[in-house]
Amino acid sequence: MIKARLETDDGGSGHPSGDARFDLIDRVMKRNHYQQHALIEVLHTAQEVFGYLEEDLLVYVANHLKLPPSWVYGVATFYHFFSLEPQGEHTCIVCMGTACYVKRAAEILATLKAEFNLEPGHTTLDNKLSLATARCLGSCGLAPAVVLDGEVLGLEAPKTTVAEVRKRIGSQKSESASPERGAAEQALQEART
Amino acid sequence: MNRAELQAMAQRELARQKAFSCRLLCCASTPCLSSGATAVLETLRETIEIGALRAEVEAVATGCMGPCSRGPVVTVQMEDSEDAVYEKVTPEMAREIVQKHASPASDISYHNNVLPSDWSFFTKQNKVVLANSGLIDPERLEDYVAREGYSGLAHAIREMTPEEVCEEISRSGLRGRGGAGYPTGLKWHLVRKAPGERKFVVANGDEGDPGAYMDRTLMESDPHRILEGMAIAGYAVGSEQGYIYVRGEYPVAARRLEQAIKVAERRGLLGSRVMVSNFNFRIDLRIGAGAFVCGEETALMASIMGRRGQPVPRPPYPAQHGLWGYPTLINNVETFGNITPIINRGADWYSQIGTEKSKGTKIFALAGKIQNTGLIEVPMGITLREIVFDIGGGVPEGRAFKAAQTGGPSGGCIPVEHLDTPVDYDSLQVLGSIMGSGGLVIMDDHSCMPDVAKFFMQFCMDESCGKCVPCRVGTAQLHCLLEHITNGSATTADLQMMEELCRMVKETSLCGLGQSAPNPVLSTLRYFQEEYEAHIRDRSCPASVCQMTERPVQILSDPPG
Repeated sequence: MIKARLETDDGGSGHPSGDARFDLIDRVMKRNHYQQHALIEVLHTAQEVFGYLEEDLLVYVANHLKLPPSWVYGVATFYHFFSLEPQGEHTCIVCMGTACYVKRAAEILATLKAEFNLEPGHTTLDNKLSLATARCLGSCGLAPAVVLDGEVLGLEAPKTTVAEVRKRIGSQKSESASPERGAAEQALQEART
Repeated sequence: MNRAELQAMAQRELARQKAFSCRLLCCASTPCLSSGATAVLETLRETIEIGALRAEVEAVATGCMGPCSRGPVVTVQMEDSEDAVYEKVTPEMAREIVQKHASPASDISYHNNVLPSDWSFFTKQNKVVLANSGLIDPERLEDYVAREGYSGLAHAIREMTPEEVCEEISRSGLRGRGGAGYPTGLKWHLVRKAPGERKFVVANGDEGDPGAYMDRTLMESDPHRILEGMAIAGYAVGSEQGYIYVRGEYPVAARRLEQAIKVAERRGLLGSRVMVSNFNFRIDLRIGAGAFVCGEETALMASIMGRRGQPVPRPPYPAQHGLWGYPTLINNVETFGNITPIINRGADWYSQIGTEKSKGTKIFALAGKIQNTGLIEVPMGITLREIVFDIGGGVPEGRAFKAAQTGGPSGGCIPVEHLDTPVDYDSLQVLGSIMGSGGLVIMDDHSCMPDVAKFFMQFCMDESCGKCVPCRVGTAQLHCLLEHITNGSATTADLQMMEELCRMVKETSLCGLGQSAPNPVLSTLRYFQEEYEAHIRDRSCPASVCQMTERPVQILSDPPG
């Protein structure tokens, strides 16, 4: 492994691990002429490529932009968009904006929390589902809104959301998993074992 | 591209559009997309293809048309009849629409999903900034140019001096649409006169107010309008570099803006030697990363420079000392949307719209407990009653209107007795609220006001950047007091303490976030005091939202009786 590291190091660029994903980050830094004010752009790309920002990644960015690691860490933790923990396979974001609040989005969140025994900002133990809240998705006409795997679902109710989430988690195992609780739960159980 | 080429492009595009006997405009902005507009658009195109109607019928993906809760919305433009707007279109309906309208003997009003053309949702509006929204394909430059696009920039560069442009904006009476309402012309003059070898223009598209989505819609539906407005501003203040700061939550808007910038640069409408003149102007996109405080101008600049979005004390104002220390002009995206109409049609025309001190129109996002949710543009000075009942169609399910919340977490609640107040900067301020960026959330008697105040206080508490103590600690304490009120453990002394704390946070916070954070509490206290008292005295919630699970703590040194 050390040998492999040394070999990739010869290139002079990229990460010692030889992970090709670092090349994408290098490209963004290069396009911005390694300017320090491009930090947020670089972190955006890093999160897109890796899914989350691990410490090693932050140090890598800090070294290349010649910024103190504390600075990079400060920026990465300041903004809600950046996640320092890995996300689950599926993400469910409940909008908690004013319009959704007035249309009782809190009930949807409470149901999801109880149903999956999960707090917002966390991921289930089997790494299937991450639950999060958003400030406002700007889909107020469709309040209450939920974003499941990047898809905005409007005019939601606690039951429909839970059914949809179960369907997605379940469909990992079998394409025809029914949205009914029993079948989905069974699939979930299978996935766990 | 010079002016003659621009006009030629407009003529070509108009001729191309005229050649179709029927144009089907399908809304492709976020709300309609999430209610199934993609499938509708595909069906429209497919049906045109199958029927070999490509020469007569065109399907266009446009921006927002307004009635967002009724999406997907399709507008049918016919040569010799009025436009028909269809709501809640399904792929099956889309097929029928194409078939009906393609044959000349079609009867437009065959479907009960057609919205009436005299519907007050449409007739009470005055579209200046959203004039193109829903009528053009935001991803095609030609569509924008055909509707007088970039002619304002051409006119400004060729026939006006920078001073004249600033003067024209001043005379129009345009005020900043971001919330505070600072006169735009004055700001432009300040930046123009400020010494500095470089200057920057920044469009603030970090629309963090929950319940507001005007900027997103504008950026998604008419991106070139913002670029043109920024370029005119750049010419007026002597800047060669602009930035648009877009929220990370708005990927569609970012993508369309990025594409629009590319196309405009390729055609010589941005970049070096804009429209074959000596004026250079580049625009770069900056994507936010989810921080409400970045809507504040100094925090936004910090974020553009790749730092944590924390505000710095003003003065010095960005007009003197902005990005990297250079004079910087920061305006809201919607403000830039107003520039082109002012240059094209003149300050005199613009200043006829609106009230004496608030000119022009304002876009509002209607949401909450209201029949017609969606995006509207109304002249300043319209009453809240007209917005809520005529345009919005009133409160659904026969419930009673309780309050209208304006200005998001920095604004306040306006009760039913003030429904006839004209909506402008100054009148709303008198009522203890603000215009804000334009979110208008309607609440019915199911909403509990202390709980609403708690909701906003929690928002401010979470979003406080933590730099100054009054905001960081004050909002947390206020939230705690509101928590006590809503769970039944508050005493009358808490109410007084809360009022004092509100004043302290308002007067001593560093930036707009903290200074305006107590507004929702103060305005609900002002208009709904009896509700707070019912929570404390009777330990009951009139709207039956709050669960009174706790009891007030008895102070031992002061035994009862």
